[in-house]
Amino acid sequence: MAKAEQNPSDEQEVMKGTSAVAKGVMAADPDVVSAYPITPQTGVVEKLSELVADGQLDSEFIKVDSEFNAASTCIGASAAGARAFSATSSQGLKLMSEPLFTAAGMRLPIVMAVANRSLSAPLSIWADHTDAFAERDGGMLQFHAEDVQEAIDHVLMGFRVAEQVNLPVLSNFDGFILTHVQEPADIPTEEEVNEFLPPRDPEFTLDPSDPKTMGAFARPEHWTETRYAIQEAMMESKDVWAQTVQEFKEVFGRDYTEYNGMLDTYHGDADYRLVALGSICGTIRGVIDEYREQGVDVGLVRPRVHRPFPTEELREALGDAEAVGVLTKEMSPGYESALAGEIKGTLYHAENQPPIKSFVIGMAGRDVNAPEIGTMIEETMEASAPMTFEEQESWPQLREKLLNGGDQ
Amino acid sequence: MSSDRQDQDFTDEVEHGEELWNPGHRACAGCGPALAMKYITEAAGPNTIVTNATGCMEVVSTPFPESSWGTSYIHNIFENAASVAAGVEAAYQSFDRRDPDHLDVSDEDDLNIIAIGGDGATADIGFRALSGMMERGHDVTYVMYDNEAYMNTGVQRSSQTPLGASTTTSPAGTESIGNDTNKKDMASIAADHGVEYVATASISNPHDFKQKVEKALEIDGPKFLHVYSPCPVGWSYESSKTVELAELAVETGLFPVFEMENGEITSVNKISDRKPVREWLETQGRFKHLFDGEEGEETIEALQEWIDGRAEDLGLDA
Amino acid sequence: MSQSDDPYENLTITTGAVVEPNTSRVNKTGSWRQFKPVIDIDACIACGQCDTYCPDQAAKPVEGEDYYGFDLDYCKGCGICEEVCPTDAIEMIREVK
Repeated sequence: MAKAEQNPSDEQEVMKGTSAVAKGVMAADPDVVSAYPITPQTGVVEKLSELVADGQLDSEFIKVDSEFNAASTCIGASAAGARAFSATSSQGLKLMSEPLFTAAGMRLPIVMAVANRSLSAPLSIWADHTDAFAERDGGMLQFHAEDVQEAIDHVLMGFRVAEQVNLPVLSNFDGFILTHVQEPADIPTEEEVNEFLPPRDPEFTLDPSDPKTMGAFARPEHWTETRYAIQEAMMESKDVWAQTVQEFKEVFGRDYTEYNGMLDTYHGDADYRLVALGSICGTIRGVIDEYREQGVDVGLVRPRVHRPFPTEELREALGDAEAVGVLTKEMSPGYESALAGEIKGTLYHAENQPPIKSFVIGMAGRDVNAPEIGTMIEETMEASAPMTFEEQESWPQLREKLLNGGDQ
Repeated sequence: MSSDRQDQDFTDEVEHGEELWNPGHRACAGCGPALAMKYITEAAGPNTIVTNATGCMEVVSTPFPESSWGTSYIHNIFENAASVAAGVEAAYQSFDRRDPDHLDVSDEDDLNIIAIGGDGATADIGFRALSGMMERGHDVTYVMYDNEAYMNTGVQRSSQTPLGASTTTSPAGTESIGNDTNKKDMASIAADHGVEYVATASISNPHDFKQKVEKALEIDGPKFLHVYSPCPVGWSYESSKTVELAELAVETGLFPVFEMENGEITSVNKISDRKPVREWLETQGRFKHLFDGEEGEETIEALQEWIDGRAEDLGLDA
Repeated sequence: MSQSDDPYENLTITTGAVVEPNTSRVNKTGSWRQFKPVIDIDACIACGQCDTYCPDQAAKPVEGEDYYGFDLDYCKGCGICEEVCPTDAIEMIREVK
């Protein structure tokens, strides 16, 4: 997919990423918005407050005391039958972790925009994906946007899929890189959204005329099945997502249907294929263009969806590559990066297992430049199995002299 | 009494009314908090949504797929009953404004939203959620049932555990007189949030407690009720004595019963001839060690002093 | 657990494990009881104190009569009723099972 053009068309508006996401949320017309400020997400909350204050958004806006209670109030609202939205980043997402896992278990379709940022310590406000990956196993669907337009559209599509499969959604977009950029974007109109997103129609709500008990505890003889139901819903969500991106294309004209909406590729059949999430893919595309001009057959496979994991799609998209390079902004101390490990796991029983080299880069906002990406392409081209644990993943941006005492 | 009393059985002849707190719950025999749940549901009626913190009352009432609740009910986690209730309230505010036909009941004004938590869930781990809900002014009645420790996990000390009580995390020992703090004053904390109606009550006086629940539900905005609910297991006394010990706590002034409106104390259940706290302490195993020596005596005196000070502040003595 | 002991063998778990209200009545807590309350129906003045203070909804008016009796399906035998009865009409006796 080509990046959005920098000159806005007639339908487009140029605004800050957080404002654009807030306008997308407004189009989904949530009953309840509950959120707490945190850099770099804050702009979303501020814009939503402003839209409510100006009467453009008719939502209950709860000015909560913490992200913990942003998630908790969304749970109450969603259980009552409301469409509920929140937004957060980093430490805030960590603080939400406990209630969010229960939102999945109680099958409440809360949608959240996550402006990705590193996790302390040390404190850092800058972007990487450790916050999103730390919530990986909670039962929330997770999308990663490459640009502001996708950040808007993923939230909107997120409501639709969430409310069909009854699971929460974390719609990720990179802090600062996308939250604070001014990009032209199409803001969905109310008419378009009405055509695309039906009102929420929950099976159970907190309604005194039809009382139910929600949040019962389960004993060992029932617990496994209630959690397995999340796994089933996640698997079902792949079909629902495929249908959602298709209908989104019909209504809005933007095409996210490649690989059923799970992956986005750029020269996806090249000999050498890079894998990365989010906004870094814009830079990667440019480097790929340069290398291709020099005759290097290199391409990009970008997972749009991280949960449910695009297993079949990645087997198809990566299986016949000569080698794969995974560029990832997260780490799992004591092992390799989670994304690299997941991709290897997904290919283990596939027909082909290309050698995979992974690179931990762009942590806490460290800029990744074109020459660095070029070097990673070249290292990927040299990758061959078997590899030792030390060989299979590297930290190409590591300033080793900071660790080893510098010039001493 | 006739000799066939072993065979006496009215099971099939008794008349149950509409019970929104259903039997079959797994609360221990003689459970004080179970009585509080009964009174709350009787006072509130069916047009009610309950949000409940993790704890004894949640666990005994909702083992999947059974529920003791006749009202709408949601449990989420330990420390967020107040904010789940706030979210429910926000949802209904939205429905009321945007989709008035959403609710089958007459209108949002008649809907009762009640958050229920134990002393640990409310005064300790759920304090942030409670403070936020009260400060923002949600139309939620919060009820803290106080059994003076974390009973569900096996009698650990909370900020409502009285001075001198031996719990599993404040055990009495050669270097310990048991819990070394007095009860945190949740009523004043709630009142200081600007909560219009705050009240304390005891399960020994259900008429008073239910009136206070009804009064709270009539008021728009946040309300806070603190209901005293003895626990035979955690306090170590005979299960038949629950009501008696709750009343004795009131009669000694350990648990004063009063109302606060807009920050002012507006009614106090006065006590004539307030009993010494010693009489209440003697009834429970958790205070047994206080009667073993000098340090225990000092602790009893310290507790009595604290009670006397509060009694004076409240004008408790008739 | 033997199969016949599981009353929920044919259960279908709803989305989010949502539960129907008033369903704990299937759990007959009377089996916990070691002491059972018996009432002297002549001494009972039908004041309802036993009902008011029963945590288990087990002390109730007997249909068509002017005295109270006990629902032994649920009575756990705590003995609160014996304590609160103003006319000493209730006595807890060791249950012979």
